[in-house]
Amino acid sequence: MNELKRHGKAIKVYKGEDKVLSSLEEAIDKAGVKDGMTISFHHHFREGDYTLNMVMEAIAKKGIKDIKIASSSLGKIHEPLIEHIKKGVVTEINTSGLRGKLAEFISKGGLEKPITIRSHGGRARAIEAGEIKIDVAFLAVPSTDAMGNASGIGANTKCGSLGYAIVDARYADTVVLLTDDLKPYPNMPASIRQQEVDYIVKLDKIGDPEGISADATRFTKNPKELKIAENAAKVIRALPYFKDQFSFQTGSGGASLAVTRFLKDFMKEDGIKASFILGGISQPIAEILEEGLTDHLFDTQTFDAYAIESFRKNPNHHEISVSEYANPWSMGSIASQLDYVILSALEIDRDFNVNVMTGSDGIIMGASGGHSDTAASAKVTVIVAPLYRGRIATVVDKVTSVITPGKDVDVLVTERGIAVNPARKDILAILEKTNLPVVSIDALADAALKIVGKPDPIEFTDRVVANIEYRDGSIIDVIHQSKA
Amino acid sequence: MQLNKPATSGTMDSCDISIRIENNAGTENEVFLSSIVEKQYGKQIVALIHEILKKHQIEGVTVNAVDRGALDCTIKARLESAIYRGLEKEHALDWSVIDHE
Amino acid sequence: MSRLRRTMLYVPGSKPGMLADVAIYGADAIMFDLEDAISLKEKDTARMLVYNAVKTVDYSNTELVCRINGLDSPYGERDIEAMVAAGIHVIRLPKTETAQDLHDVEALIEKYEKKYNREIGSVRMMAAIESALGIINAYEIATASKRLIGIAIGAEDYVTNLKTKRSPSGVEILYARSQLLNAARAAGIAALDTVFSDINDMEGFENEVRLIKQLGFDGKSVINPKQIPVVHAIYKPTDAEVAHAKAVVAAIEEAEAKGYGVISLKGKMVDKPIVERAERILELSRLSE
Repeated sequence: MNELKRHGKAIKVYKGEDKVLSSLEEAIDKAGVKDGMTISFHHHFREGDYTLNMVMEAIAKKGIKDIKIASSSLGKIHEPLIEHIKKGVVTEINTSGLRGKLAEFISKGGLEKPITIRSHGGRARAIEAGEIKIDVAFLAVPSTDAMGNASGIGANTKCGSLGYAIVDARYADTVVLLTDDLKPYPNMPASIRQQEVDYIVKLDKIGDPEGISADATRFTKNPKELKIAENAAKVIRALPYFKDQFSFQTGSGGASLAVTRFLKDFMKEDGIKASFILGGISQPIAEILEEGLTDHLFDTQTFDAYAIESFRKNPNHHEISVSEYANPWSMGSIASQLDYVILSALEIDRDFNVNVMTGSDGIIMGASGGHSDTAASAKVTVIVAPLYRGRIATVVDKVTSVITPGKDVDVLVTERGIAVNPARKDILAILEKTNLPVVSIDALADAALKIVGKPDPIEFTDRVVANIEYRDGSIIDVIHQSKA
Repeated sequence: MQLNKPATSGTMDSCDISIRIENNAGTENEVFLSSIVEKQYGKQIVALIHEILKKHQIEGVTVNAVDRGALDCTIKARLESAIYRGLEKEHALDWSVIDHE
Repeated sequence: MSRLRRTMLYVPGSKPGMLADVAIYGADAIMFDLEDAISLKEKDTARMLVYNAVKTVDYSNTELVCRINGLDSPYGERDIEAMVAAGIHVIRLPKTETAQDLHDVEALIEKYEKKYNREIGSVRMMAAIESALGIINAYEIATASKRLIGIAIGAEDYVTNLKTKRSPSGVEILYARSQLLNAARAAGIAALDTVFSDINDMEGFENEVRLIKQLGFDGKSVINPKQIPVVHAIYKPTDAEVAHAKAVVAAIEEAEAKGYGVISLKGKMVDKPIVERAERILELSRLSE
């Protein structure tokens, strides 16, 4: 392909020193954090993460400036970053997602340098290719021993897979683990291994179990979402890839998660089993494994307590790094073997481009996640979305930001009809023979417009506040500063 | 014409709008809107409210509206309910006035 | 043939979000409720919401029904006026006991059809029978007006009136169902069954739908969208039924072409009721797609 080599981490030699340090401050000193460095975090703790804010506060207190943050994602809980940006402690952000006040602050131009938004696979690619060079990774781990064998299962917190953190541990020059459960050696099975780890800090509390375990993974009772989900499952069943040993991934949104339930019924009725299910893993997916309807689960991030228990006890519930999951610059990610992926959308336009990042008011509010990775990889990409939410159209003339290009999207399922990308004549030919309500995407966009009325255009300035990278590193879109 | 009494209608549910309408000291209508779709539809909603007030020959009232993403037909229904309540005619109105153009 | 009335989906008149979306679930009819679902304080606003929804929302060709408040309340006539003005297809009268109840409503409908320049007779009626007296008078009610498209049983009030309660077998309303059905058929209008209120008991619901289909009902009121596909699936003719119906119709066409008076199919005589049933199955099959 080219002359690129996978980037490496600094080689260091263990000399018998004690890796366990007494405080964050000491870890920051020993790791040599200084002005201009890139430091990384993972988001397995989702809205329950205490560590990023603690680390940044300690760094700020030391008077260190110009830090570049490379987090696998950021949530509402990371709002204190606003102050660090204002004081020049943080000058650059790389992330998959951005929410809440921090997202609003950045959308309105609060950070001088545009942030970079990457997909999960794209981030792994950028790290391995050296485009993101992590100086120090601060990785929260539910448990570790004194050498750094770390696991997603601990006495106080549990997050299951450490798929995002594994990549950072492997490629950061210096790795600092943060835990509130220091276990006797050896702490096995371990997701992060001792050879990668420089330091360990024992803290009182690294996270809030309530915030870590997302309750967004319960099945919806919303009849509209159920109708969309059922039709999406019917689309999947109607296509020839739905056969024994097929594979799929479902997103964690209400309708896309509910697809799982209908698919499970169809699998039972048709007497077929999946070879694997990929993704963020939640209870409904773990149940499919336990009912023997799939041979394997590949898990980059584990959403709820039930799935975490499955991760712990089921030998075929496999932890994978996010690089294995979806890195496009490798000899084949697991995503490349997917038959179907079912994904949600904030907006989808007449060209099937999908936005999962920006609200229709122009403010950042979402996450790129594995959306573009899996859409590009799977044989069939199905988007499930209502035609409109409240008064906001989902099917629109043009998306506010492109995360996944229309060429990678095959079918859109809404409550008022199913649209097939004209490029997929094979799918269209099959679905038109069923009694599913197949319509054109233009008909759906027109119907949405008729219901909600034409919105006033959102006003942006010329200034770019975010660059959106496609998974291969090219810039697929930019987000402009929203006018107050 | 002004109202006989202040009136409210609507709810804070998603897809609804909560409206309070009362007489003010002047002869102009004032509309205060807060909406979750302010940027996309704020101006249109305020214009719609003024238009409906005018159609019912209401002058000198203040409308406070909290919009939770209501469609135009809901905004119209909620405002007209509030107007007729304010006129104490909520069960005695003529539907040809309500009728669409 | 008249339109299908397998499912009539209730929607409370007070919920704007539901009013906008209710057509997507594929019910044959939508019933906007201004009566029991609406508190006394919100009768006026619900009426206004439903009025605006009927005027503006695209319900495609779904039949639109409004359950009004009774004429013994201060709201009944106001509901009729608003719904006639809005262009509702059917006004459903609750708690009907006598033919006079229908005559009273019909007189008001006509009054407002004139006032709002709608064709006289264009607004149809449906009567819900919810008491022992109503069941006794079922035929009288069913034949009280040309506007009447169907009669429905409202079982909750009816069983209270009988001094019993509903049971899974439905034995306590078997008489009422049968009486209502006979009255409807004698009058040539639709017979519609009551709601099944436990939305989590899908098995019980399915059993009840099978029962009322076997009794001969045209369909059933439903309170949750998830009940709709169950009814439609049970009412959908089987492949064998469709094949037989096609054979019957083909045999009849052949006989007519050849000028035969009486025909037989596989040794059985095909007479008028069999042809009618075959035509109905084919129509149901076509509309069930």
